[in-house]
This record gives sequence, structure tokens and C-alpha cells, in this order.
Amino acid sequence: MSAAPPLLDGPQADAQVLQALRATWSDPPGWLGSLRAIDHKTIARRFIVATFVFFLLGGVLALAMRLQLARPGLRLVSPELYNQLFTMHGTTMMFLFAVPVMQAVAMYLVPLMIGARSVAFPRMNAFAFWVFVMGGAFLYAGFAVGSGPNTGWFSYVPLASSDYAPGKGVDIWAQMITFTELSALLVAIVLITTIFKMRAPGMTLVRMPLFVWATLVTQFMVLFAMPSVMLGSTALILDRLVGTHFYNPARGGDVLLWQHLFWFFGHPEVYLIFIPPLGFISSIIATFARRPVFGYTAIVLALIATAFLAFGLWVHHMFATNLPEVGKAFFTAASLAIAVPSAVQIFCWIATLWSGRLDFKTPLYFVLAFFVILVAGGMTGLMLASVSLDLQVHDTYFVVAHLHYVLLGGAVFPLFGAIYYWFPKITGRMLGETLGRWHFWLFFVGFNVAFFPMHLLGLHGMPRRVWSYSPGLGWDGMNMTSTVGAFAIAASMAVFLMNVATSLRRGRSAPDDPWGAGTLEWRTPSPPPPHNFDALPVVHGREPLWMQPAQPSHVAGLAADAREVLVTSAWAAQPESRPLFPKPSAWPFLGALATTVLFIGSVYTPWAVVWGALPVTIALIGWFWPGRKETEQALALEKFP
Amino acid sequence: MTAGGEHRGDAVDVRGLPSYAFGQGSLMWWSTMGLMLIEGTVFAIGVMMYFYLRGVASAWPFDAAPPALRWGTLNTAILLLSLWPNQMAKRAAERQDRVRTRRWLAVCVVFAVIFLAVRALEFMTLNVSWHVNAYGSAIWLLLGLHTTHLITDTIDTAVLAVLLFTGPFEGKRFVDVSENALYWYFVVGSWLPIYAVIYLAPLA
Repeated sequence: MSAAPPLLDGPQADAQVLQALRATWSDPPGWLGSLRAIDHKTIARRFIVATFVFFLLGGVLALAMRLQLARPGLRLVSPELYNQLFTMHGTTMMFLFAVPVMQAVAMYLVPLMIGARSVAFPRMNAFAFWVFVMGGAFLYAGFAVGSGPNTGWFSYVPLASSDYAPGKGVDIWAQMITFTELSALLVAIVLITTIFKMRAPGMTLVRMPLFVWATLVTQFMVLFAMPSVMLGSTALILDRLVGTHFYNPARGGDVLLWQHLFWFFGHPEVYLIFIPPLGFISSIIATFARRPVFGYTAIVLALIATAFLAFGLWVHHMFATNLPEVGKAFFTAASLAIAVPSAVQIFCWIATLWSGRLDFKTPLYFVLAFFVILVAGGMTGLMLASVSLDLQVHDTYFVVAHLHYVLLGGAVFPLFGAIYYWFPKITGRMLGETLGRWHFWLFFVGFNVAFFPMHLLGLHGMPRRVWSYSPGLGWDGMNMTSTVGAFAIAASMAVFLMNVATSLRRGRSAPDDPWGAGTLEWRTPSPPPPHNFDALPVVHGREPLWMQPAQPSHVAGLAADAREVLVTSAWAAQPESRPLFPKPSAWPFLGALATTVLFIGSVYTPWAVVWGALPVTIALIGWFWPGRKETEQALALEKFP
Repeated sequence: MTAGGEHRGDAVDVRGLPSYAFGQGSLMWWSTMGLMLIEGTVFAIGVMMYFYLRGVASAWPFDAAPPALRWGTLNTAILLLSLWPNQMAKRAAERQDRVRTRRWLAVCVVFAVIFLAVRALEFMTLNVSWHVNAYGSAIWLLLGLHTTHLITDTIDTAVLAVLLFTGPFEGKRFVDVSENALYWYFVVGSWLPIYAVIYLAPLA
């Protein structure tokens, strides 16, 4: 049809081809263009920033609580506001920060680590981001106008039923769940498909970086865990708004049903937060010990075992209910058993560190802190897994201490390690090492000062979620200590933000592979070009950058003037087809807007589900309907199977 | 390792590969499978909610007559019959025959519309409302969830059928038809246990 020779990529491609690749894969410019962006790096960067904004907001709420508890009998906030503070803090940290930030980081890194030019379904990916942001904004808008939820982050009924929690707070909370879980489920499908079908030729499943394995396992957990809480919160909002009786014992409902539905999601959720950092740790340890991770197969199997066992633990959150004792014994055993795969991984990392030549940089500090804090949290976890002990400390500050040790030690410390490690790749600038150490030590010390006393407070009988306490109970000093620690954490975050700000403005520019790492993301420039790789790599081992070059080294023959990608087989990663990917579009944004109108409307009238469905349908059809020009381009490149 | 693509010098040349593929080769297949895992989990948990509530109830069905069997059973038959036009559409799509594909898709849409009409009658003969008691809530939730899937898949099928008549058309639409049929099989397959729960479990 066209006389000009096709513009194809490859290792020997000239400047014209590289120019075409860059132009083809760029997001549209300008303010309106930014609403149409679909590049996985752009979307993931925004996603990471959004989750960090929520992290900081959740932190501010925590500071307000710590100020209120600093001395006995303070009246800085009202009891009602205090209830909203701890509900918003927990909800923000779990639903708007910890789970989505892990998916967001994976969304950035996975295509680069597996040698792909995009994620699968880039538009759906953008849609998931917009839905997430709008859901989080909805929750905070409600809080700002005084309709914050006040029933705790797990919102137990009957407290959360309309009898005891009138107003819109719990309805907004329940729909925020729908927003964020919809987003998480879509991202899970995007990542699973990307990992199975878009790996560079030669990257068999057993050559995948451990971070990609951790991501894959986590996304499967998302598929099975999220539906439970979506259904549970839908039943909650139906009970509140249209008079169903799922949780109403007077009409045959049952309040423990909520706890089952919530924790069947809620416990795996802890591992949704915890498993991706295991991937960060494997990446960081390999690089800074300057050797491949010891026991690759054992770690992969341990990840999978953890994922399975995580679904058998939910009842250990319900030991204080009237469930049969035999059942509780089973869940105690399962809760102890999950320590085994966790220990396998920890020993593999210790072996790696032991036999490596350690390079002490900030990312490694954060990973080493993981060992200390997570192991401490894991130990109190083993204690809580025992029914008799759990009953003694249930609903006390001991549990608050435990969960913060596990979640901050298991997820937030490695996450900061990951930020220091991949920041140069994402921004092209190195973060400062000196400020990095300040950040680390302030955070590490502050964390322990803030949360260690809570173990003792719990053992001394201080219940969680109390607005204030009387003097003379022996809790004063430890509460004050904890508040001081909380402010040290806040100071460490200020140092971190300063580090980011100064590095972005005048940080040392980062080479392609500043740490001497072995995985593919370090083969691209920092930051990567819109098309990620000038020519897709062919992979011959687990750490391609640490290996002798082998033949063939690259892929050639994908169109440079169209968004052609390479799809490979699920197990062996052999080239199969070269589909054309969609261009940037405003439909994902418009679709998310329509979805938001439906979800928010449904909080106020059930009919919103009916009339709100119309704009959603229109947006989705508009999204799907192909344009003439795109179809022409597709037909020109089309080749029948 | 160069089963797909030609070895040319230092590179694997992929310009000869097809631009789309059916089944496992297609990204759509993987996303459809993911969706089926999610929705299958939703249905399974919905069924578990039903039996959980039944387990704590003193009598079942709770304060209501069991649903009338007539419309639900008729609809099960219609749904099973609808497998046939879907299979024909899938087969025509995999042979890349646009005319037959769109004809069979149109038949699928007709089946889906008849089914949705009978579904309205089903809701009217459940013999209990969602706001009467937890039993009513549970079966309305199950039937409502399944109906939502039917409505969305009916719209999907209709849009795809129209596109095959009007264009703009390209070969990968055949893959869409094939995956659409796969999802319909899931909607049919998941109905059978839900039918048993809504209509047969109260009789036992």
C-alpha cells in the first residue's frame, strides 16, 4: 500500500527509527493531554505520588491522635473527632496507601524488568488509577465536611449499621472500598497478563526476577481476596440504604458474617502489603551483596506457600468471638505454619548477605531494618496466634504495636529502601546519601520509640481506640514517649521530602546502572524513554547484566511508527505475535468520572445505580469503538494467524 | 528458542509474526480468565453467605414460601440453549468468517434479550422481598449479581454485533468474539449452581 519501506526497530536501527519510537510512544503534551496519558511509567508515577500524599495525610492524622494521647485527660479533639481520626488513619494507610503503592511500584517496574514496552491494557491501567484517586478524594471530601467514617478501619457491625452509625460516614467508607478494590482488581489483571505474556524472549518463568514473582503471586491474591470485601461492603451499604438484613439479627441476619467477609479479605491483605516488599528485598540484597540471591527456587516456592496459607488465617482476628474452639485451634496452627515460608526466605537472604561483599548504601540500611523490626513483629504475631494469649491482649495497644511492627517493618521500611534504590531510574537523579542516612536513623529510632512502648501499654491493659485516659494508671510516661517517637518519625519524613526536593532540583544525575545491578530495568537510560527499550532484549539468564553477552541479543522487526508490542508464550517466553496497542485516549478518564458519579450517587439514592449506569455504558462503548485512522493503521500492519 | 521469529544475525526478527492470535495467545484471553476468577469468587462467596445465613436461621426459607420454579427453570433451559449460538459464533470467528460471525452474534443477542425478559418474571416470583428478612436479602443478592453479569454481557455482545455489521473492522475483532463467547459460557456455567441454591436448596 505505502511506497516507503516500513520503519522497523532492531539493534542496528538508525536515528530515524529511534526518533520514530520516541514519538510513537510519547504521551500527548499539555494539560488536556495529561488526562489522556496511558504510558505505564506516567500512570505509575502519578499513582506513587498519590499514594504518598495519602500516606502523609494518614501520618498527620496519627500525629493528631498522638498529641491527644500525650498526656492523660487532654481535650485537644472531641471523642467523635477522635473516632474519625483513627478510622481515617487506618483506612487511609491500608486502602489508600499500603496496598495500592505496591501495585503502583510494580506497574512502573514490571515492564522494565521483563523487557517490555508497555503493560498489557494500558488504557485500563489509566482507568484504574483515576478510579483510585477519585475514590480517595471522595473519602477525604466527606471527612472535610464532617462526614468522616467513625467505626474503625474494619467497620464492624452492628456499630456500623444505620442504628448506631447514622449519617453518611459509613456509606462513604463502604463506597471508598468499592472504588479502591475495583482499581486494585483491574491493576491485578493488567499485571498478571503483562507478566505472563509480555516477557522478553528467553525470559522463562524460572528466569524472572524475584520481584516479578512476588508481584505475580500478590496479584493472584488480589483476585481472590478483594471480592470478599467488595461483597461484604456492598451488603453493608444495602443494609444501610435499601433495608436488606444481612447483618441484622432481628431479621435472620448475623453480625459475625461481616467479620468473616472482612477478614477473609483482611488477612490476605496483610500479605498483599507484605509480599511485594519481599520482592524489593530480594532485588536490593542481590545488588548490594553483589551476588544472585541464594535459593531462588526456595524463595519462589515460599512466596507461593505464603499466598496459600494467607487465606487460612482470617479467623485469628476473631478469637474473641463465640466460634467453636476446635476451629480456633486449626487457625492457631495455620497462623504458626505461615512462619515457616517466611523463615525460609529470611534464611535465604541471610545466606546471600553472608556470602556477599556488602556495599552499605541507604537502600541496604532500610532492608536490614526490615530484619530487626519484622522479626520483632513476627514474634508478637506468634504470641497473638495463641488463643489464650490473644484473649488477654485483644483490643489493647499490644495489638496496635504488633500490627505497626509488621506493617512498617515488613512493608514501609523496605518500601523506602525501594524508593532510594529505584529513584534514580524513575527520575534520572540520585537521592542524597547523607540525608538518606538521617532519614533512616530518625525513622528507625523514632519508630521504635513510638511503637515499642505500646507493647507494654497493652500488657498494662490500655485498650486501643480510647479517646483519653485518667492519670495514675501508669500509662502516662509511655504515652508521652510514644508521642515523642511519632514526631521523630514525622521529622524523618520531612528529611525524606527535603531529600527528594533537593535531588530533583540539583541531584547528581544517574547513570543507567548506578548500583551495578543485574536485572533488565538497569539496561535502559535513567529515566527510561517512552518506549522503554530501543530494541527489546533477548534474555539468557536470571541476571542478564551480570552475564557474558550471548546470541541472539535483541529483537528486531517491530514497527517503530506504531505501538506494536511483542507477545510471548506464557511459560517459555517464545515470540508468538506482535499486536498493535491502543493510543492515548481521554476515555479512561471520562469512564472513571462516570463511574465516580455512579458510586457517589449511590450513597445518596439507590436509583443512582440505574441512571448512573447510562453514562458509564456510553463511556465504555466510546472507549471500545475503534476510530477509522487507528483501524487503517492496524489493517496495514495486520497479518492473519 | 527461536520457535517464533527468525534468527537474523544478532537479532530475532519478529516481523513475520501474526498481529493477533486466538486462545492463550491473545491478551484478551488472559484478562477474560482473570475476570472469570474474580466473578467466580464473587459468586462462590455469595453462595457461602447464603448457606452461612441458613446455618444460623431457625427455619429455612425464613418466613417465606420457596420461590416458584416455573420461570427460573424455563430460564435455565433458555440459557443452556444459548450455548449453541455462542458456540457457532465462536467457531465462525475462529474461521474468520465475518458474515456468519455477525449473523450468529445477532442470534446470541436475541437469546439474551428473551432471557432478560424472563428474568424479570423470575424476580416477581421469588415469593419474598429483599427487605423482609435475611433470606430474602440473600437470594435477591444472588439473582441480582447474576443479572448484572447478564446485562453487561448482553450489551457487550450487542456492541460487538453492531461493529461487525458497520465496521470499522479488523481481524482482531474475531478474537473479541471468541473471548465474548467464552465469557458467556462462564455466565451460563455459574448460573447452574446459583439456580440450585435459589430454587432447589429451599426445598431440601
